[in-house]
Amino acid sequence: MTADNGIEVEGLVREYKKGPRAVDGIDISVAPGEIYGFLGPNGAGKSTTVHVLTTLLPPTAGTARVGGYDVVKYGPKVRSLIGVALQEAALDPLLTGRDHLRLQSTLQSVPKHQREARAEELLHRVGLADAADRKVQGYSGGMKRRLDLALALVHGPRILFLDEPTTGLDPQSRTALWEEVALLRREDRVTVFLTTQYLEEADVLADRVGIIDRGKIVAEGTPASLKAEIGRPSVHAIPRRDEDRPAIAEFLARFGEPLDTTRDVAVRLREGLGLTDIVRAVDANGVDVVDLELRAPTLDDVFLAKTGRTLEGATEEAEAGRQEQPR
Amino acid sequence: MSSLPQVGAIARRSLVRTSRQPASIIPPLVFPVLLMAVNAGGLRASTDLPGFPTDSFLAFALAVPFIQGALFSTMNAGTDLARDIETGFVNRLALTALRDWALLTGQLAGVVALGVFQVLFYLAVGLAVGVRFESGPAGILVLVVFGALVALSFGALGAFLAFRTGSGEAIQVLFPVLFVFLFISSMNAPRNLIGVDWFRIAATLNPVSYMIEAVRSLIITGWDWQALGLGFGLVIVLGIVSMALASRALRLRMTRT
Repeated sequence: MTADNGIEVEGLVREYKKGPRAVDGIDISVAPGEIYGFLGPNGAGKSTTVHVLTTLLPPTAGTARVGGYDVVKYGPKVRSLIGVALQEAALDPLLTGRDHLRLQSTLQSVPKHQREARAEELLHRVGLADAADRKVQGYSGGMKRRLDLALALVHGPRILFLDEPTTGLDPQSRTALWEEVALLRREDRVTVFLTTQYLEEADVLADRVGIIDRGKIVAEGTPASLKAEIGRPSVHAIPRRDEDRPAIAEFLARFGEPLDTTRDVAVRLREGLGLTDIVRAVDANGVDVVDLELRAPTLDDVFLAKTGRTLEGATEEAEAGRQEQPR
Repeated sequence: MSSLPQVGAIARRSLVRTSRQPASIIPPLVFPVLLMAVNAGGLRASTDLPGFPTDSFLAFALAVPFIQGALFSTMNAGTDLARDIETGFVNRLALTALRDWALLTGQLAGVVALGVFQVLFYLAVGLAVGVRFESGPAGILVLVVFGALVALSFGALGAFLAFRTGSGEAIQVLFPVLFVFLFISSMNAPRNLIGVDWFRIAATLNPVSYMIEAVRSLIITGWDWQALGLGFGLVIVLGIVSMALASRALRLRMTRT
């Protein structure tokens, strides 16, 4: 039945009352067994899309089929096929990890005789066996995320939705969660729809990436193909003295299009140029730089090319916009 | 698959949560009993009034904790549910195969179980201080059923407020309002002996008076069918209205497809 493990979205729109279109006519196709990374800044429409695909919100327009079932017409069927870890872990601080698994497996109709064994298996799988009988209020952020993942897996879902699963986690916990997600796809052939605002996460985990900004998908493809689309590398120079920045920017502009960066001076190189051309010119002209670096295109470059903003800048913009909104 | 295991799982969670929060168990047990003790000490002389239905003010006042405890439970049940909405736990439940009615029923089953526990505690306190139940063991059984119904009705009201507002703070704001209903009732004196006109009228219009009087009749009168009919009738009506409102609010809150 792997043919039914995909996700198909056509012209999906979700409007909130008195608000802008959170999701504005997106099309997505996720193949069975694929990890699809949904990348975008805060407020781009990622979580709203997940809420619609997981049946928590009805769409305003468009269609979405998850596991072959329309999310509006067959909500209960869709819910039986999917596992979901939402952005907020939403655990009960007074229950233990094992309490949560017992509750979730009963609500997900796992046969009674399998519940204890399933809970034990999942607790071991996510590394929480020793903490299983401790109240969740004593768990770290990483432990809560891992429990959340175990809860999402309790009924053996064919499709997994992870909404920013590593936000706020330390690098070690983040890597552990990535390994678990990769394992799920590799061993269980689970389809994963993963939202993230971390470029590295999308780059490392996802087979394909959809980049969303202001409710619209601005780019989609494999990380490699998206970066190849941008094509040319960039050169980044760090001036020895801050007052030299304008002069260095003017100098580097001879080699390509200037990039909007804050930490250094950078240009996207013109076709046919390489680092050696720049180094020779810097040397010949006595330009005083501390460091000169050639960078291959990243997904942030893709985001910049498609939206005119960096992902970090877009996130800050979204947060500033939220603070300005009257409460 | 039957929804009964789901109801049981939600009820169990409700009870486990409550058992792990002493602040949710102790005040509904202790404060009504303390208030009863204070009132019984200060108002003992009321029993000398002509027409006072008993010579034991403790027996007269024992009815109040049953209703006051239920008010505490309402607030706790409502606040717990509102917290679930605020933290997203309701979304977690909505993503499972849980049916809407099973969520409400399970939550209320937990409230009723706690309500029955409270009733048994107040009964034990009453028996320990020498209160005689005129209606006998059958009356005690009716009292437990009545207590369960009161907990269910008030619990449904708390659930309605939680689903409607989604805010624990909003529910806490209503706490004093519910207590006004309790205090402007026949909790401390039979209605026919209340001397202040406006107070007597307010107590007569206040449904809480009839709930207290139903419990009181079982303790000090025996089988007063009119008091029981009014008490049960009002609680059942309140229960039906609260359940209908809570179910509707739940449907609006759970927008899942």
